Amino acid sequence: MALPSLTLLGQSLLSGLFIGALYGLLGLGLSLSWGMLRQINLAHFALAFLGAYLTYQLAGAGINPLATLAVIVPCFFALGALMHWLLARFSVSALVTFGLTAIIEALIQWIWTADFRRMESGYSDVKFRVGALYVALPELLTLAMALALSLAVWAWLRHTYTGKAMRAIAEDAPIAAAFGVDVHGLSLLLSGLCAAFAGVAGLSLALSYTLAPGQIYAWLGVVFAAVMLGGLGNPLGPLVAGIVIGVSEALTMAFTAPAWAPLVSFSLLIVVLLARPGRI
Amino acid sequence: MPVANRSILAGLGALLALGLAAQGAPAAPAGPPVRIGSTLALTGPLAATGLVHKIVGEIYVEQLNRKDGLLGRPVEWVLKDDQSRPDLARTLYEQLITVDKVDLIMGPYATANILSAMGVAQRYNKLLIHHTFGTPSLAKYDMQFPAGGLAGDPDNTIPKLVFDALAASGKAPKSVAVVTSKFPSVQFISLGAREAAKKRGLREVAFLEWDFGNRDFGPIAARLKDAKPDFVWVGGLGLEGNLLIDAMRKIDYMPPLHFHLFPAPGPLLKAPGGENALAATTFEEHPPFTDNPVAVEFIRLYHERGAKAGLPDTSVENQSAISYSSWQTLETAVAGARSLDDKAIAQWLKRNHVDAIVGRLHWDGPFNYIYGTDLYKVKQNQKGKWVIVWPKEFAAPGARLITP
Repeated sequence: MALPSLTLLGQSLLSGLFIGALYGLLGLGLSLSWGMLRQINLAHFALAFLGAYLTYQLAGAGINPLATLAVIVPCFFALGALMHWLLARFSVSALVTFGLTAIIEALIQWIWTADFRRMESGYSDVKFRVGALYVALPELLTLAMALALSLAVWAWLRHTYTGKAMRAIAEDAPIAAAFGVDVHGLSLLLSGLCAAFAGVAGLSLALSYTLAPGQIYAWLGVVFAAVMLGGLGNPLGPLVAGIVIGVSEALTMAFTAPAWAPLVSFSLLIVVLLARPGRI
Repeated sequence: MPVANRSILAGLGALLALGLAAQGAPAAPAGPPVRIGSTLALTGPLAATGLVHKIVGEIYVEQLNRKDGLLGRPVEWVLKDDQSRPDLARTLYEQLITVDKVDLIMGPYATANILSAMGVAQRYNKLLIHHTFGTPSLAKYDMQFPAGGLAGDPDNTIPKLVFDALAASGKAPKSVAVVTSKFPSVQFISLGAREAAKKRGLREVAFLEWDFGNRDFGPIAARLKDAKPDFVWVGGLGLEGNLLIDAMRKIDYMPPLHFHLFPAPGPLLKAPGGENALAATTFEEHPPFTDNPVAVEFIRLYHERGAKAGLPDTSVENQSAISYSSWQTLETAVAGARSLDDKAIAQWLKRNHVDAIVGRLHWDGPFNYIYGTDLYKVKQNQKGKWVIVWPKEFAAPGARLITP
């Protein structure tokens, strides 16, 4: 077997890095709500796609795709908080979030039909050349947003009182409440943030992909793997794990049969589960 | 002439005119409806194409009911959503036959779901006309009738068609890369393309397969760029071809020629980088297809309904045309057999042909397939419009395959 050229290797590494960043961005909110609120929010993916469709719609009305975040982020924050309040108020199981996914999918299909939608924007065609390699702007933006959000949440949780209170809730909510932490308020805040992150991931999806409602489920497996590999509730975990998975998949595709790539993420997950069973 | 006589004559004239009009217009269907049951992928990953088949079915049933229905009875279409899931399709066809007690069934969309429906049809001895079954070798039921124009050996006929078109262009490629999804129907046709390329002496510089649902086409694009083929055969389904083109454009690469087996035609037409892309089809909106007034009327209605349903692309092409042809097959066969009995209709189909908008359909081969020939053509995206470029007799006026 001939070895791949350095250009092919470099381009594949970049491709893996960028798709990994998207896995990380999609996984960030999921990991935080799962790890800190003990809430497996399956509707997170549907929210991301709803964000993508809203970006598509607003961009179609002439708004800069990045500027759509000014509308989407606060709306999604409110939606996330409301969803959390409803779930907590009626003490319903996580399976309800799967039902919410179906509802959001149906809503998307009702508004935008099942047909494919592609956002046309000034960003789509912009790419930079670095030596023999090419870097596409939409993917670079995804990486930048994933890095910025993951680091910001990490710093917030580590260095602010609210963040520390949030971690205390994750450790033991009743004890944190006994120490005067506003468990309810902070849970609403975190849920809102997680949904807002889904909205940001939606922007990335709209920038790089053609949209169809059924694709909500296409990301589920690999993003769950990234979340579990990265450690639940760890804000940097999904990004690091996502990049590890993305790069491994890309290198598999560059060196061997591309069809083997999906095996990589799940094999990695199994290895980590076996090696560090207490991590999850 | 006295006024009274003039009145009588006028009255007689009016009666005559009414009588003639009644003779010319079809009688309105009457009696209990003929119930036709089917499922379509109205949600799930195949929903974009499922929607096309839904619109076509609705148009056809309306057209039938405006004429004299089936055997003079109105037609009711009982449509259920199989959510793109073969297991659900199986359950729903059982339900349609045993609970809804439909008179006839029509096939769902896509190979796996059709295979599920076929099993149920076989169990209850029901006729199954279908349009999008991509693996004919799996169709072992005697009362299944493909109406999509595909041959029994598409792994032979479609690659032959494509390589013939390239050879006739005057700039036949010398090297080829075959890249394909592992989705069963496209994969086995793509394996046929490998064989066909080898037989014609083309040098294979890459053969790559990916799992259906692959998200990252970057490394595949990079490998193609490295391999520098003259021609890329993309065994893609739906959006996969678009994703590959996007990935290739991101690294500033486009192969000189690329063929897409079963693409999402609208998105591929509009995709930057999709210019001059080749694809397989049975029908496009230009002569000789539009010489058929039935096709012209269908095109008009589809444009109207497609726009109302919010489709971004309302052109009639392969999917909508084969869908319409399958309904034409059912109508013609019921009329021919003068019966709703599944066996009688199947017998009629085996002995006759149907002139559908995609061409003449017949089923006199093993398991109702024809081998060595099909109704497929090669089309090319030229200036934002799909035009057939091969075979010559079906090419759009003045169109020829554009090579770099």
